[in-house]
Amino acid sequence: MQGIKRFINQLRAKSPWLLHFDCGSCNGCDIEILACLTPVYDVERFGIIHVGNPFHADLLLTSGTVNHRNKKVLANLYSQMPSPKIVVAIGACGLSGGIFREAYNVVGGIDKVIPVDVYVPGCPPKPEAIIDGVVLGLGKLQAPQERNGERKEA
Amino acid sequence: MREEIMAVSAEALVGEVAKLKVLGYRLVTLSCTELDASNLDILYHFDKDLGLKHLRLTAPKAAAVPSISPVYFAALLVENEIQDFFGLRFEGLVVDYRGTLYLEEEALKTPYCRFSLRSADQREGPAAALDAETNHPNAEKF
Amino acid sequence: MRKTVIPFGPQHPVLPEPIHLKLTVEDERIIEAIPNLGYVHRGLERLADIRDFHQMIQVVERVCGICSVIHALCYCQGIEEIMGVEVPPRARYLRVMWSELHRIQSHLLWLGLFADSFGFESLFMQFWRVREKIMDISEATTGNRVIVSVNVIGGVRRNPDPEQIRWVLAQIDWVEAELQRLEDTMLEDYTVKKRTVGKGVLTRQQAYELGAVGPVLRGSGVAQDARQTGYAAYGELHFEPVVETDGDCYARNKVRFRETLASIDLIRRAIHRLPDGEVRTKIKGIKPPQGETVNRVEQPRGELLYYLKGSGQKTLDRVRIRTPTFANIPPLLVMLPGHFLSDVPVVTLSIDPCISCTER
Repeated sequence: MQGIKRFINQLRAKSPWLLHFDCGSCNGCDIEILACLTPVYDVERFGIIHVGNPFHADLLLTSGTVNHRNKKVLANLYSQMPSPKIVVAIGACGLSGGIFREAYNVVGGIDKVIPVDVYVPGCPPKPEAIIDGVVLGLGKLQAPQERNGERKEA
Repeated sequence: MREEIMAVSAEALVGEVAKLKVLGYRLVTLSCTELDASNLDILYHFDKDLGLKHLRLTAPKAAAVPSISPVYFAALLVENEIQDFFGLRFEGLVVDYRGTLYLEEEALKTPYCRFSLRSADQREGPAAALDAETNHPNAEKF
Repeated sequence: MRKTVIPFGPQHPVLPEPIHLKLTVEDERIIEAIPNLGYVHRGLERLADIRDFHQMIQVVERVCGICSVIHALCYCQGIEEIMGVEVPPRARYLRVMWSELHRIQSHLLWLGLFADSFGFESLFMQFWRVREKIMDISEATTGNRVIVSVNVIGGVRRNPDPEQIRWVLAQIDWVEAELQRLEDTMLEDYTVKKRTVGKGVLTRQQAYELGAVGPVLRGSGVAQDARQTGYAAYGELHFEPVVETDGDCYARNKVRFRETLASIDLIRRAIHRLPDGEVRTKIKGIKPPQGETVNRVEQPRGELLYYLKGSGQKTLDRVRIRTPTFANIPPLLVMLPGHFLSDVPVVTLSIDPCISCTER
């Protein structure tokens, strides 16, 4: 039984599907995430496919600050994803609220609402950094038992 | 400002705006600024052939302002936005979000009012105002 | 026929950003669309209270990452007007160059997303491949890909050397050649026309009265572009707006495609006439802004308006931002009724929605 589990975990990391949700970002991070999918950076060569349905996704890429209205949507999307799931927070706003942290409608970083596995800093991070973060997340997909609250920076 | 500004009263507002529409002006937007504890300054920006024209209305916070959205449909979003930000009431809005266009229940009410955190509905008594101030998680930031 | 209410968004595959449209449909046909905003609302205008007027440049750049240069440009022009600061000629021409580079990358981004909205994925990939070249130019001339942060009060931060300028010219030649290869597919292809011609029609009268701006207004036959007012160096570059008359999604597509080529032309003209000299006026010793102003510039999505008010303090009294998508949402609500549910993504994307702009 243990062997089968390990086998499935290894397979999972070979073709992870990702879901992208823009919380309250300025679009800077979103267009860099989209740029990752396009010919110059092309994450599809790693078997990564961008999906629109949370029920199909293994990875959740989020950018931007959480505000009072979208935190429900974010929590909802996270709960709809099947486990094991990896959350990658992208950009300074997703990490801590960034330049918007003092604004009145901002709750803070993504980790105020859902647990985050990989933090990718930058305003906005370059596509290389985002791919790096996703690959780091894939390592965690392969070994979900190591996840227990431990966090790494990309 | 370089362009001409014309002061209007709340009663004459809709008439003036309708006149501008007949003259072929396009509504650009409304800008609202808080003047003091009880007054707001609303600028109506209009455009025709790349020239701007402004109407200035000084509105007390407590009274409702007539909406111009029946004349210019485009005003509906910005008037709802001012309702959210300043707690001012617009009468006769085409679509009225009642202060929830941007803001959720738990968010700061009338966030752009520096002098008081009261919203239009909480205007009764100082106790309600105090509640709004102390309950909000972000209240201490401003 | 019974009416059904169908939610569109906030999480939807064609929308990179969260907006929620409540669509009332009868059978498959839309009767009414009501937008539900607030998913990206942060409250940036209010940050003017705690950031001084120099620091606000960084904040307004992050109103929208796609057109950050133009937001900062509009803000700086407003402050310069109140403070009476003269910008050196070289800085004005460089501002045009970076604004137009940003317009090209934004239009290419939109052309790609629009192709994706009707399922033409290879065209999406092609436009984004070309767009990467513009990002390279941004990175080489300013040091950043997306939020380039070049505008300051009194001029610009960077001064590209002649060799860099020559390199930029060579790169935009490549971009133009690539775009000409894609033109036939984007504008003449049977499948593209089938999905866009006659969809989301907005007459000239409607567009003007509903306050539409940018390519939505120009796609309906109104030749209005804030660049005609001649801010920065546009007044000296013989700028002509791009206009189409049909008012449907195809016309807006065509406006944006032709504008991309026109922007390449503008960059060339700006570079050929680029004067020598300083790029930044010292503003030390001038009093903080006192007074109010309204400043307008043309963003990729349309006319952008800043209302600034200062009272001689370090912080401004009011920064009010009217972004183009905010003005284009009422026309969208008029365009949608009467269309099939399957056309909603195409019609919605045809106004080039930028929600983080709209809600700030």
